[in-house]
Amino acid sequence: MLAVDNVSLSFGGVKAITDVSFDIRKGEIRAIIGPNGAGKTSMLNVINGFYTPQQGRITFKGAARSKMRPHEAATGGIARTFQNVALFRGMTALDNIMAGRSLKMHKNFFWQLLRHGPAMAEEVEHRKRVEDIIEFLEIPHIRKVPVGVLPYGLQKRVELGRALAMEPDLLLLDEPMAGMNLEEKEDMSRYILDVNNFYGTTIALIEHDMGVVMDLSDRVIVLDYGRKIADGTPDEVKRDRAVIDAYLGVAH
Amino acid sequence: MLYREAGQFKTSYQSDQAVFPLLQDRIGIGVILLIAYVAIPLTRNDFLINAMMTPFLIFTLAAIGLNILVGYTGLLSLGTGAFMGVGAYACYKLTTFFPGVNILVWIIASGFVSAAVGVVFGLPAVRIKGFYLAIATLAAQFFLEWAFTHIPWLYNYNVSAAIEVPQRELFGLIVTGPRATEITRYYIVLTILVVMTWFASNLVRGRIGRSWMAVRDMDIAAELMGIRLLPTKLLAFAVSSFYCGVAGAMLVFFWYGSAESTVFSINQSFFVLFMIIIGGLGSLLGCYLGAALIYMLPIALKFVPGQLGLPIEPATVEHLTFIIVGALIVFFLVVEPAGLARLWQIGKQKLRVWPFPY
Amino acid sequence: MDLLYSIFIDPFVQMWQAPDLLVQTLWEGLVAGMLYSLIALGFVLIFKASGVFNFAQGIMVVFAALTLVGLYDILRHWGVRPGDLAAFLALGITIVVMLALAWGVERVVLRPLVNQPDIILFMATFGLTYILIGGGQLVFGGDSKIMIAEDLYLPKGPINIKAFGGLVTLQKLDIAAAIIASVMVVGLSVFFSKTRIGRALRAVADSHEAALSVGISLEQIWVVVWFASGLVALVTGIMWGARSEVSFALDIIALKALPVLILGGFTSVPGAIVGGLIIGIGEKMTEFYWGPVMGGGTDAWFAYVIALVFLLFRPQGLFGEKIIERV
Repeated sequence: MLAVDNVSLSFGGVKAITDVSFDIRKGEIRAIIGPNGAGKTSMLNVINGFYTPQQGRITFKGAARSKMRPHEAATGGIARTFQNVALFRGMTALDNIMAGRSLKMHKNFFWQLLRHGPAMAEEVEHRKRVEDIIEFLEIPHIRKVPVGVLPYGLQKRVELGRALAMEPDLLLLDEPMAGMNLEEKEDMSRYILDVNNFYGTTIALIEHDMGVVMDLSDRVIVLDYGRKIADGTPDEVKRDRAVIDAYLGVAH
Repeated sequence: MLYREAGQFKTSYQSDQAVFPLLQDRIGIGVILLIAYVAIPLTRNDFLINAMMTPFLIFTLAAIGLNILVGYTGLLSLGTGAFMGVGAYACYKLTTFFPGVNILVWIIASGFVSAAVGVVFGLPAVRIKGFYLAIATLAAQFFLEWAFTHIPWLYNYNVSAAIEVPQRELFGLIVTGPRATEITRYYIVLTILVVMTWFASNLVRGRIGRSWMAVRDMDIAAELMGIRLLPTKLLAFAVSSFYCGVAGAMLVFFWYGSAESTVFSINQSFFVLFMIIIGGLGSLLGCYLGAALIYMLPIALKFVPGQLGLPIEPATVEHLTFIIVGALIVFFLVVEPAGLARLWQIGKQKLRVWPFPY
Repeated sequence: MDLLYSIFIDPFVQMWQAPDLLVQTLWEGLVAGMLYSLIALGFVLIFKASGVFNFAQGIMVVFAALTLVGLYDILRHWGVRPGDLAAFLALGITIVVMLALAWGVERVVLRPLVNQPDIILFMATFGLTYILIGGGQLVFGGDSKIMIAEDLYLPKGPINIKAFGGLVTLQKLDIAAAIIASVMVVGLSVFFSKTRIGRALRAVADSHEAALSVGISLEQIWVVVWFASGLVALVTGIMWGARSEVSFALDIIALKALPVLILGGFTSVPGAIVGGLIIGIGEKMTEFYWGPVMGGGTDAWFAYVIALVFLLFRPQGLFGEKIIERV
């Protein structure tokens, strides 16, 4: 589904990513792990077009490109959540998720002016889909609440819902479990697995909780100081010397 | 007890998404429209209609326009006065060129002219944000203001550089010019405002409104949803300038009767901005409340002390207005940034549980 | 054809034919530009130290000048003689007033809004602007006043130089203004880079939280900064008022500094100067040589259009820091 070839990215003098290559197969859950500052979030940003790498290429669904606009990534079927929840704070949870349907809503300005009629029909149709997502994520009780007042864990769930509303082929999750307790992590893991199983969505996931990574992912890639130091199944990576030295440490 | 939603269940998404889901709200709107269309004209109080209601309605329309740009899309603009001016001058040129055409047609057309100008001056918004954009809109404001007095074609080569509104009729009634009655003008302005408020309400609750608010809140994430920034921002400029242009045209044609370019100065831009800050950014109700407060304030200052036996000079009234408005701005931004509209909502919330405290 | 000639050829012909007029225009542009720079300087001070874009800066200039003149009138009215005693007494009281203003703004506006997004603070300064306009006019009267130049020992009268084939007239006041402005700029630059408070100001500008955590008192810093800014405003107001009159023409004064900041960058002291000079000279030249073709009054919008062009191609200005957004 996605191939990253020899990508390098730097900001001024800081080299965020150096010559990284890997691929993501259709339908798998790929974890990207590594210590802080390793370039994981930058990697996601390159994939969905926020940053343009100085070198290298991304091949998505067969089409190779070195420069991608975020809007093209969206139409191509890539959706994403952010490390510091990037919800639209002025809107309710429902509106946030409805915003995720924007690409699929087509009734033009004239119909929007009138609202009653075709525009309303389209709105209701998408509302149904959004309600399905809301039920799936078990958040119907907060749908009319402005997201700014929601607790962090629920905000992350709404953000996941917004990404799911886009019906993406590739879902990029940036630390979806950050700041959650055990129960919330279990819920979130279940949602991620369900999305992968039922909808067949390919998922790339940045995460620090090793338990989650080992249980959820099919394959793992490890970054350290912008370089790839390991790539393989969770078991392979867990035993890799370089990974243990750089990141995992040894059990005492 | 009165303002309860118990028993009012929604059985479809459509009814859940209505503007006034509660029956009490619907009754309230009906009452307000009744007062506006029937009760006020019946008072036959020319002062009330001409000096208070008509201009209040016109400024509300301008406030809606600016709120779409600033409150919903987050694009701070200081060019409101100029865009209102574009509407007024466009209408003037159109109706002097084609006197036979219905004046309402030209009022709407001048909105489109203003929208086009708005889009041109809104192009920088694609690269600039926040107060940088505000400064860019100042370029629009000052340039257009200069154009209004330095391009003689605009004011038909009139020696005084002012425009005089010619007499026009609608269905046999005289609607513009010195002989039009206050009530006629009031009804026209009211109806245009009601219709355009309905349009604005539809826009902001649907896909377009959501895309505007998404751009306001986090444009990077909005891009990721597939919401394209340039068309969304330009549309906001277009719609906003349309509303301001129509308001400007109505200001000259249905209230002032004539105009010089000083009407559309930077002070006008600030006053409309203050209306939406105090009324509530991102709220249509706020436009009405803010316009009412800012517009009525100097009038109240002129009359109330006089009635109480402590008359104030007109110049002092103006100074006091500035001080009070400025203080209100700071006050609202500190205490309730969401403005009067939020206070209204809180009030309704309390009403919901009345007579219980919570 | 005529139009093309008058835009592209004629102005330069005129410049060549009458170099004394050219020099005169350049000089006047320089002086005007310097005054713009001073206003912009006040902005930069506050922005550097608190991240607040003080829209009211221009009005503070007028307010300071108005207070000075108003107090002078009151003191004379109470029989204070001689003139220069009254003038300097008024000056002293005005400085105290500016300090009180700085303290008041910090308490009422800045402190409650410290966590809000910048745009909210910007809008709050709009409110402040209108309070100062209304208040100033209410207390001191709305008609324009004359600056008390003589009693403050500001030089008056022209110096006529026969040069460049003609006559170039320099006002002594303008020269004095140029000198005073330069002194202030140098003084402020030194203040920022060398003194302890200057360093503290830069720390606060970078990060409020970090500054707090090393023990810098935000409130004190802000009062210092707004007071310094007020002093700059006062000096500017005196200069400005001495050249023309003291009145509340909002658009001319308050807003002209904004394009200067765009050109120079919001956080740069040298930028404010260069920006001001470019705008001042550019404005005067455009109005003098191209104005007649366009019907005059181009100085109403010239500065803003230049700012617009800069915003499109180099938003950080000539000297500002490039803005990188991290997701």
